[in-house]
Amino acid sequence: MNVPTMAEMLSQGKEPEVLFWVGAAGSYDDRAKKITRAFVKLLHKANVDFAVLGTEESSTGDAAKRAGNEFLFQMQAISNIEILNSYNVKTIVCTDPHSFNTLKNEYPELGGNYEVYHHTQYIKKLVEQGRLEIKKSLKGKQVTYHDPCYLGRGNGVYESPRDIIRKLGVNLKEMKQHKNRALCCGAGGAQMFKDAEKGDKEINILRTEQALETNAKIIATGCPYCNTMMTDGVKFHEKESQIIVKDIAELIAEADNL
Amino acid sequence: MNYLPNISFAIALIIGIGFFVMNVLKLVRNIKLGKEVDRSDRKIERWKNMARIALGQSKMVSRPIAGFLHIVVYVGFIVINIEVLEIIIDGLFGTHRIFQPFLGNSIYGFLIGTFEILAFLVLVAVILFWLRRNFVQLKRFMSKEMKGWPKNDGNLILYFEIVLMSLFILMNATDYSFQEAGFGNPISQFVAPWFSEYPLETLSSIEHIAWWAHIIGILIFLNYLYYSKHLHILLAFPNTFYANLQPKGQFNNLSSVTKEVRMMMDPDADPYAMPEEGAEEEVPEKFGASDVTDLNWVQLLNAYTCTECGRCTSSCPANMTGKELSPRAIMMKTRDRLEEVGRNIDSNKGTFKDDGKQLLNDYITPEELWACTSCNACVEECPIDIDPLSIIMDMRRYLVMEQSAAPQELNMMMTNIENNGAPWQYNQQDRLNWKDE
Repeated sequence: MNVPTMAEMLSQGKEPEVLFWVGAAGSYDDRAKKITRAFVKLLHKANVDFAVLGTEESSTGDAAKRAGNEFLFQMQAISNIEILNSYNVKTIVCTDPHSFNTLKNEYPELGGNYEVYHHTQYIKKLVEQGRLEIKKSLKGKQVTYHDPCYLGRGNGVYESPRDIIRKLGVNLKEMKQHKNRALCCGAGGAQMFKDAEKGDKEINILRTEQALETNAKIIATGCPYCNTMMTDGVKFHEKESQIIVKDIAELIAEADNL
Repeated sequence: MNYLPNISFAIALIIGIGFFVMNVLKLVRNIKLGKEVDRSDRKIERWKNMARIALGQSKMVSRPIAGFLHIVVYVGFIVINIEVLEIIIDGLFGTHRIFQPFLGNSIYGFLIGTFEILAFLVLVAVILFWLRRNFVQLKRFMSKEMKGWPKNDGNLILYFEIVLMSLFILMNATDYSFQEAGFGNPISQFVAPWFSEYPLETLSSIEHIAWWAHIIGILIFLNYLYYSKHLHILLAFPNTFYANLQPKGQFNNLSSVTKEVRMMMDPDADPYAMPEEGAEEEVPEKFGASDVTDLNWVQLLNAYTCTECGRCTSSCPANMTGKELSPRAIMMKTRDRLEEVGRNIDSNKGTFKDDGKQLLNDYITPEELWACTSCNACVEECPIDIDPLSIIMDMRRYLVMEQSAAPQELNMMMTNIENNGAPWQYNQQDRLNWKDE
């Protein structure tokens, strides 16, 4: 697919309206790459003039920071900011709430000031501007939405994802813990990269049980890490034939057969 | 005239309040052992937060049963305390119901009547709380940090309130002239008949004893606060005022680290530069927290404010799935250690003598710290804006930056970020491969 980089843009003397920050999961993880591509299809569909950093993109440092390594985080942040500022980046969109949170909240103090959107917010904006239309392809389909912690509680974004899911015509079924009381998928705080401490259950399995209770056919979410955790949870319960885990960007792209 | 009661009252009052003030000063000193953090900005928002969350109890009602009962006790506590003013004046000047002639029977009767109804409601609510705490098997009251003193502490506070409210009603019920007048006694009029057989003198003695026991009880309760989990009735106000106003997902950037990183990344920096002549050798700042004095004063205020309700722990994903971590225990342990440090300072003439202990390991284990998903559920849940997550993060920072004691898998993740700019071992040159797959 056609994905221009900032370097290519610069060589043509152009500045895109938005930088798509792909993130490590979105770049390397096979499941998350599908989300990345789905979102790019939506950007194309809406004729958004965007670019990525490509090989110049590096870890935001979020995972390092949550693991307690403030040094590594700030080294990452400061060198990322240098690159972003050298391209005069003003607006960033992320498909990962962790990158979103870090870029939006933790970079400004270190010299990186950008208008940062989560992709669900950005899609909503495109719809409102009339640049993107969401097809009602999932009419009446039971869908539940899992709030990523760093999007929901972390930044108070509860409605944008729900608004655009509803536009698909779905029957949105909330889990018993949702919005500000949503249960974590278990991946945050660098847990994604280590085994859990001793306990009697895995967090993603508990959260998946809550999703299964809704009898939804689709678990929609907006985070590649939540996606992995929930997918693993569904596999653990051997419910792959009943329920699937999808990113909101994928649902919207598929609705339009993109 | 016999001034003995007035003098005794004044002495009781001075001792009661004096002792309390002494302990409050100690509490303020302990909180100030924490590091500086600037929370002087956005004053209007802070006042609003305090009004909404502490005064208005807005976060309590998210759990309706406990929330409703709590509001009853809270409103009762505040309103009935107006009566304490009259009690103090009566006690000091030997008067009896001094406000009655000033306010007139109807207003005075209305006020005391309101107090009586509230006292009765508080009594009912407190008994329900007690039943709930002891007989309804609520998980958050059964966890291991709630064994022993914390459990007794919780019950003791409820007994105090039962006794104080009962004494207030008893005092009114045995006040013969008050009952005869028949105003402002909507509750005590039902208690008064229990004593109808008693001679007036006995009645008057009971009233006196109840009156004294009530005010002494209040003074004891006031002083009990410092030793109990019940300080929240005072500290909830500053705690909500000074709470973090940034988005919960935002963690602070350590400025000491920024300094070093900027120097490291500055191409013009001279790595062999000697410190300037006469410049004082700077002691490198410790990164993260291993003891209470490494935490900031708001975190320490949080620890004193926590009333151990356990809403945080009951919503913590790690705790829900059987891990060691309990955000409530993080707060309780922080306070326990802070008090230990405070006592150490008291017994060593104002300076802390190394006791070979610290918050990390001696109170909070790395296992607890590493179980956190940083999901902010505990912070969101706390009815008075306590932030256990910030303490967990500061202690992780110490483990990683001072002790290199991260779990092996996290070390690998961090090495990957350093080398490849991603938490996994992928080549940065492959970062855009997804577009052609």
